[in-house]
Amino acid sequence: MNTVIDAHNISKVYNPTTIPVYAVNNVHLHLQKGEFTALVGPSGSGKTTLLNMIGGLDRPDEGNIFINGIDITKLSANELISFRLQNIGFVFQSFNLIPVLTAKENVEFIMQLQKASKQQREERVKTLFAQIGLQDKLNERPSRLSGGQQQRVAVARALASRPQFVLADEPTANLDTKSAFNLLDIMARLNREENITFLFSTHDQRVIDRARRVITLVDGRIVQDTAEVSTQHEEAAAVKT
Amino acid sequence: MWLLQLAWKNMWRNRYRTLITMAAIFFAVILSVIASSLKEGIFNNLVKNVVSFYTGYAQVHKRGYWNEQILDNSFETAPATEQKILRQKNVAGITPRLESFALVSSGDVTKGSLVAGIDVEKETAITGLKDKLVQGIYLKSTDTAILLAQGLAERLKLKVADTAVLIGQGYHGATAAGKYVVKGIVKFGSPELNDKALFMPLAAAQDFYSAYGMVTSYVLSFNNTAAAEASVIAMRSSMDSSYEVMSWGDMIPDIKQHITADSNNMKYVQGILYMLICFGIFGTLLMMMVERKFEIGMLVAIGMKKIKLMVLLTVESILTVFAGCIIGLLVSIPVIYYLNRHPLRIGGETAKAYERFGFEAIFPTSTDAAIFINQGLVVIAMGLLISLYPVYKVIRLNPVAAMKK
Ligand SMILES: Nc1ncnc2c1ncn2[C@@H]1O[C@H](COP(=O)(O)OP(=O)(O)OP(=O)(O)O)[C@@H](O)[C@H]1O
Ligand SMILES: [Mg+2]
Repeated sequence: MNTVIDAHNISKVYNPTTIPVYAVNNVHLHLQKGEFTALVGPSGSGKTTLLNMIGGLDRPDEGNIFINGIDITKLSANELISFRLQNIGFVFQSFNLIPVLTAKENVEFIMQLQKASKQQREERVKTLFAQIGLQDKLNERPSRLSGGQQQRVAVARALASRPQFVLADEPTANLDTKSAFNLLDIMARLNREENITFLFSTHDQRVIDRARRVITLVDGRIVQDTAEVSTQHEEAAAVKT
Repeated sequence: MWLLQLAWKNMWRNRYRTLITMAAIFFAVILSVIASSLKEGIFNNLVKNVVSFYTGYAQVHKRGYWNEQILDNSFETAPATEQKILRQKNVAGITPRLESFALVSSGDVTKGSLVAGIDVEKETAITGLKDKLVQGIYLKSTDTAILLAQGLAERLKLKVADTAVLIGQGYHGATAAGKYVVKGIVKFGSPELNDKALFMPLAAAQDFYSAYGMVTSYVLSFNNTAAAEASVIAMRSSMDSSYEVMSWGDMIPDIKQHITADSNNMKYVQGILYMLICFGIFGTLLMMMVERKFEIGMLVAIGMKKIKLMVLLTVESILTVFAGCIIGLLVSIPVIYYLNRHPLRIGGETAKAYERFGFEAIFPTSTDAAIFINQGLVVIAMGLLISLYPVYKVIRLNPVAAMKK
């Protein structure tokens, strides 16, 4: 097995001197290549905080986070930016795209940051837009795309850089049911067919149902992780035979 | 290249804001170029008027002459000295003068006068004496005749072809006396000169004062009058220390002071103009940064290096400033040239006052390229300074905070 994310008792405390808020409290998390994992929990349970730390956008107050064996808590701010560019794909809740660029240019943008050649970019854009089913919207600006289409372009943008994994913080929160399912279908298919690793947070039960693994956070602690359950099942099964 | 393209697209994301910013810069540049060029033009015109009365842009004397203007402080003309001066950079022409005082009488009226022995041809080439002639004819170098300033002629009740008697003190105490025919009347704007000046050919004057081969000054003209001061400074170091080289500013310090004071006032006005524009641009920049806070946070989050982002934002503001500045300069060039060819003309009392001093009451603009370059540079420097604000914001940017709703 191939461990992509390995977080060791990470914690994040806000207002440590006044009224401390343990946004993330001593969390352990392992993610293998090819997982399709939902991070769930009530509002304020620490989902965003945890994702930001794993994505190298925020630093934990305690603990270490290894991405493909590299401890990102040891990287400088500038190193982190480059690290994110090369290793992590991001899909945010909304406003993922640069409004003055077309859908295609938005996807190309991240490859330009990576200094990919024109030919490489063209090929990748073609594949990705086929995968998200928006070949006919290549030259549209974000304002002319629906919310669901914008999120699909954001997924394409996140994949364009060939990251180790994709982080998505409530990617469907602003979408209607149909668009939300559509986006999830695309993500699930990319996961199945291309073995892309996804870690996304959500409130939406229908989205949770599609996940292959569900991690539940309450008050900054992991209270349930279906991966562990299934592992226990497997162990139990192994013992029986 | 793609960064430049993105900057260009960003510039037009809010078309009106960009156009308003550009328009502000455009008007600032035009206003300030016109103001500077008018100021320069007026001063140049003033100096030209004043120096062409008499002093010229610069003079060379025997050291000490300016403080004690007597014949005993004259020096011998030498073609070698003249050639040496003419070889100096920027020097266009040179004319010798022998200047002193004399009493002029006609009938029972006697007046003190300023006698200038001149090289008739060279003198008119530099100070345009011939053009000041209002009656009679101009001198020839072999004449033993005189030209009288209009005011002096009136006081002495002398007309063309009348004879005047001159009495004075010559070189080394010799007596100077002679009778001269009035060949012409010249008119000066400056009342002082108009009531005192008297011209005769250099040879006649040297003879009158028994100062054979002597002159009191060389009057110089320059190719580039704006560089007169600098040329004078350069000459000082290359001339023999028995000579003194003086610029018009040294000889007429009050005009010089007037110009300096006015220039300083103008600088305050321009400073305020620029400050207003600065605040205007800064305001739009502030709005832009607030509007794009989330987007900029997102760009850093997905892996755009801050330095790239700074370049992007700086290029955006510089492009805006540049565009406004270039258009402003391009539009101001024909305006300035037009105002140079067709100078502003004033009327009324002020015009009369000007004319009394022999100036035409016109205000041509200066078309000196330095004005356009300087104003352009100032505006661009301003733009650069202001674009430090987005750079500062990017340095301090925390993507998580920027993307918080
Ligand atoms: N910058 C901050 N300063 C102080 N407290 C913060 C800050 N950011 C988050 N918190 C607190 O940390 C806790 C976890 O917040 P977080 O945004 O991670 O929750 P979440 O699970 O993503 O919630 P939601 O589902 O509403 O997005 C909350 O109690 C929140 O109030
Ligand atoms: Mg959240």
